Amino acid sequence: MFTDQRHVLIVFPHPDDEAFSCAGVVRQMTKRNIPVTYACLTLGEMGRNLGNPPFATRESLPEIRREELRKAADAMGIQDLRMFGLRDKTIEFEDDEKMVQLVSDLIDELNPSLVITFLPGFSVHPDHEATARAVVEAVRRMRKDERPTIIAVGFANDTVDKMGLPHIKVDITDVKMDKLAALQAHASQTAWMIAESEKREETADELSDNWLTTEAFYVIEHAE
Amino acid sequence: MELVNKEHLQQLIDAFANKDVFIHLETTNGSYAAHFNEAVFNAGAFIRNVKLRYELGKVVSDHPHRVGLKLEHGWVYAQGITHYEVDEHGRLLMAGLDYEGKLAVALQISETPFAY
Repeated sequence: MFTDQRHVLIVFPHPDDEAFSCAGVVRQMTKRNIPVTYACLTLGEMGRNLGNPPFATRESLPEIRREELRKAADAMGIQDLRMFGLRDKTIEFEDDEKMVQLVSDLIDELNPSLVITFLPGFSVHPDHEATARAVVEAVRRMRKDERPTIIAVGFANDTVDKMGLPHIKVDITDVKMDKLAALQAHASQTAWMIAESEKREETADELSDNWLTTEAFYVIEHAE
Repeated sequence: MELVNKEHLQQLIDAFANKDVFIHLETTNGSYAAHFNEAVFNAGAFIRNVKLRYELGKVVSDHPHRVGLKLEHGWVYAQGITHYEVDEHGRLLMAGLDYEGKLAVALQISETPFAY
């Protein structure tokens, strides 16, 4: 699936959503020169982690995260990074039709064969849900034979109970360091987590680097 | 931002009194609060760029601090303020950062609107 795509479109609301969920498969594809566009809808300006002592303010955070996103895109080999300037935590309050149109316009322009987003109903954050709904609806409106495949990331606590195991599991150990670099680029969000993980590795916790070795997705199929 | 110096913060709050100002007020325990702990009832509130004028503003000395603004017809207050700064645009940014450095509350005052 990740070897012969025409164009890949990633749609997420926050800088770092991509690093956690799909940096590995994205890097595998950019290494094969598959064109990838990342549409990132907000700058995560409502992020809570400001540090104590603080390294940022509510007002300086967006510019910090914009730079982090650029670095992460570089680490993943993404050349077409688009920032949409919506406000963090407000996506679900935007006009639903406007959100669908935003995605439809991207699909019309790029003609992607694969779209990566969140799994509706199982993506926890209201911005994730609203983004995923817009993507799924935009694709549903297309002619069946023209639709790109959607692969989606779900991580709600009840995801496996209700959806079963992910349809696709990808071994990303070959690009593990690139994924780590993408996560590290989002330092304002991930520094504490990476520190925690390193601590766990010292105590030989076998779960410590699952997120650097495997990525998992559900394939969203439209009935008609 | 630095830890609140009560006397200095009080002077800054006084300086915005009786002027039209834009307010950012936010409380949050994070969008993932109920994901990490299903016993958490997740609630928060957010307003940004509401224009108002206060006649009296007060920071109370308990730490973390409470900051209250008395308006002609009402009130604004924030509880849990730990840090503050005046940024390069002359805006007074106050925040309550929890023990892990995560923002729990913010109250910001500016004579010009905050960005989007």
